[in-house]
Amino acid sequence: MRPVVIAALLLFVLLAFPSIFSLYYVDAWTQVAIFSIVTLGLGLLVGRVGMVSLGQGAVLAMGAWVAARILFATALPFPVVAIAAGLITMVLGTLVGLPALRMSGLYLALITLMLAGAITVALSAINFPNGGHGFTGYNGSTVHIPAIRRPSIATADLAFFRYSVVVAILMFLLVLAHIRGKPGRAWAAIRQSESAALAAGINTTFYKLWAFALASFVTGVAGALVAGSFRYLNSLTFATEDSITLLAVVLMGGAYSLWGAIIAAILLKFLPALLNNWGVSPDWLTILFGIGVLQVLTTAPRGIVEQVPKDIARLGRLLGGLFRRTAPAGERAE
Amino acid sequence: MIEVSGLTVRFGGVTPLDGMDVKFEAGTCGLIGPNGAGKTTFFNVLSGFVKPAAGGIEAFGENLLKMTHFRRARWGVRRTFQTEQAIEELSVYDNVAMIHEHSKESSGSRRQETLEAISFVGIQADPNATVGTLGAGERRLVEVARAVVGKPRLVLLDEPAAGLPEKETEHLSQVIRKIPEQTGALTILVDHDMSLVSACCETTAVLDFGRLLASGPTAEVLRNERVVQAYLGVGEAQ
Repeated sequence: MRPVVIAALLLFVLLAFPSIFSLYYVDAWTQVAIFSIVTLGLGLLVGRVGMVSLGQGAVLAMGAWVAARILFATALPFPVVAIAAGLITMVLGTLVGLPALRMSGLYLALITLMLAGAITVALSAINFPNGGHGFTGYNGSTVHIPAIRRPSIATADLAFFRYSVVVAILMFLLVLAHIRGKPGRAWAAIRQSESAALAAGINTTFYKLWAFALASFVTGVAGALVAGSFRYLNSLTFATEDSITLLAVVLMGGAYSLWGAIIAAILLKFLPALLNNWGVSPDWLTILFGIGVLQVLTTAPRGIVEQVPKDIARLGRLLGGLFRRTAPAGERAE
Repeated sequence: MIEVSGLTVRFGGVTPLDGMDVKFEAGTCGLIGPNGAGKTTFFNVLSGFVKPAAGGIEAFGENLLKMTHFRRARWGVRRTFQTEQAIEELSVYDNVAMIHEHSKESSGSRRQETLEAISFVGIQADPNATVGTLGAGERRLVEVARAVVGKPRLVLLDEPAAGLPEKETEHLSQVIRKIPEQTGALTILVDHDMSLVSACCETTAVLDFGRLLASGPTAEVLRNERVVQAYLGVGEAQ
């Protein structure tokens, strides 16, 4: 039953959203689809393995850079480029994760944040590819910059929205297959107790690296979609502090659930678009996210995805109780 | 059989194991001693979590200290922890199956051996039930099932009955007694409950201040004057 409901929901998103929403909001939903892959990767690290990374924004930037470079340099189909960007980012992301494997908690968060900062500085120095030659592919020009190529079947914004949703579905299925399989069980053991995992014969270093690799792969693929979506990239597109916001929304959405990744992406990309359209500065969201993280850490450790249904059920019981109390005696007797 | 010689562990100025020499032959062996005697440290050395400063451990003809921690588990060193460590978010089945899937020594069907282990320890709950929903007694049994699934060679039980009511301790005692016969593994039981140790262990070793105080048949060891003085107290020996 559940897969049928999910399939119907996805079909509704794919077919009905472009009719329901204006192009402005379809673009926002495209960003939600793309960033749900990024929050999926970070949720995997934080929620499944217990590794807090503050470097996923930089990993996304690497994916976008690699995809843009390949798209300008070759005529390879977009899906091939997206997979290549995912694989190259996987290697780079895993190398980033390598020294971090011996750390946990605050120290892991700190070192990944420092690495994110370093990567952002490096990308600012070499710039994002814009059709130039050489390794960087940057031509130094600020005019007549060619746009980054989109998939041939999804050049228009509506088609690119659907394309992004389909890629997001594939990435979610990839991660789901891991979670339901041997690596998922190993990650669950590592998160609960590294000693118990070792005593179970689990090579914890290997499986942590595997988690970093998978999270980097999906984030790299998302980077290719970012490149295709924005079409013009620069270092301002990927600020270091975005990695912190990413972690905040992942915690708020629910790091232990795949649905939480979607809620996190809605908080990250749809909410600002909504506020912007209402004439409210999205900067206010920084305060809202701060309060949200505080609330998650104190009262709802499993995030909105589990807390809201619980609160709704509690409200239902409360209203039901009030209704019964105020019902006439005759009705109560029935 | 495992043979421990001159095993010494130092944590800064503390020496929890101080030249420990002991042999565990076969069957279920007890390891007792006062708090801080070095029992759990010894288990941690066997598991590979603690590197000894000196000494050696030969287990079934192999130098155990040369293996990395996770390889020891794959080779057949299994254990439970003082604070039970069954994986809460996984099902009973997955908790046990995950040990099997990381074990090199198991050759049988994973599903069959996993269900056999669950049945052997007598878990009444549905194998698909999430461990987080089980009571303390059943969670302990899940941990024991994890230790016996497949082909373990050495099963280390660290106070498995701690906090359990009498009825569940009795059931656990029956399970522990059957482990060597069921799996062929050498089982070492650490516990402060002397009735459990007496019921399960043919032989027992006593540690005190990181050294072997006595070892031999359990009944004889529990009557040993030095053991009574160092650990049991006069009242319990009578």
